[in-house]
Amino acid sequence: MQKIIKITIILLLIFILGIFFLSLNKSSNYNTESLVGNKLGEIELVSFEDDSIFTNDDFKKNSFTLINFWASWCAPCRVEHPQLMELSKENNIQILGVNFKDKKINALKFLKDLGDPYEYLARDSNGKQSVNFGIYGIPESILIDDKLKIIKKFVGPLTNQDLNNIKEIINNL
Amino acid sequence: MKIKIFLIIFFINFNLNLGSIEPIDESKIHKNLRCLVCQGQSIADSNSEFALTLKMVVKDLIKNGKSEDEIYDFLSEKYGDWILYNPKLNVGNLLLWSLPYLALVLGGAIIVSLVRKQSKKT
Repeated sequence: MQKIIKITIILLLIFILGIFFLSLNKSSNYNTESLVGNKLGEIELVSFEDDSIFTNDDFKKNSFTLINFWASWCAPCRVEHPQLMELSKENNIQILGVNFKDKKINALKFLKDLGDPYEYLARDSNGKQSVNFGIYGIPESILIDDKLKIIKKFVGPLTNQDLNNIKEIINNL
Repeated sequence: MKIKIFLIIFFINFNLNLGSIEPIDESKIHKNLRCLVCQGQSIADSNSEFALTLKMVVKDLIKNGKSEDEIYDFLSEKYGDWILYNPKLNVGNLLLWSLPYLALVLGGAIIVSLVRKQSKKT
């Protein structure tokens, strides 16, 4: 019996130390990896220009769509804009820009100054729509296919590496 | 007569049950939702943009008649289980949920065996 108790205590200690080791080596930052492969739910985004609505059907006809949440007041959005302009030249992908908690006049000036890479432009004035896309900060981008399945999520500004990654995915169709 | 008494008791009980439906406690939901852009805070403790947006969405969902569990399901579908401080039981956290019970059973078994051994000696 003494032996069993000793073994149990040793196993318990190993288990506790193991949990500590794993937990301390694990990043505590929110990770969006688990959402890859999920399908987007019902999309209902109000157009930036008028009150028309973009729905799932608008994006099902595209091989790939990159949904990009941005705002004129967001400095990292300026950083990633050249990547979006570059991506807009590709044929297999359309970019949906969702202007997040922004003033229309500022958003228009942003696009006039830096260029407009968006095939579709929607607005999310109070930010509620961003929750439907699992967004928690901007800029954030979601690459979806024609079945509205999430292929990849990009948290933070798109880098050159991200751009190459997207090009690789869309050109290996 | 017995049937009448049964029916009266049944309807009184039924009405009591209906009357006992509690309104959803919004602040309880806020406390169970992690603020993803904060360090160790729930959205109840945070005034970040993300927390404020999530509070608005929770309010809307309650207004649309969603239950507490439905709200958690919706948000964990969008952000993963990480958003919940108290996630539901699933394969990934089965060990976490069952460990206290396992420890209780194991500890109980050890105590019982020690007591038996002690009583045999005496």
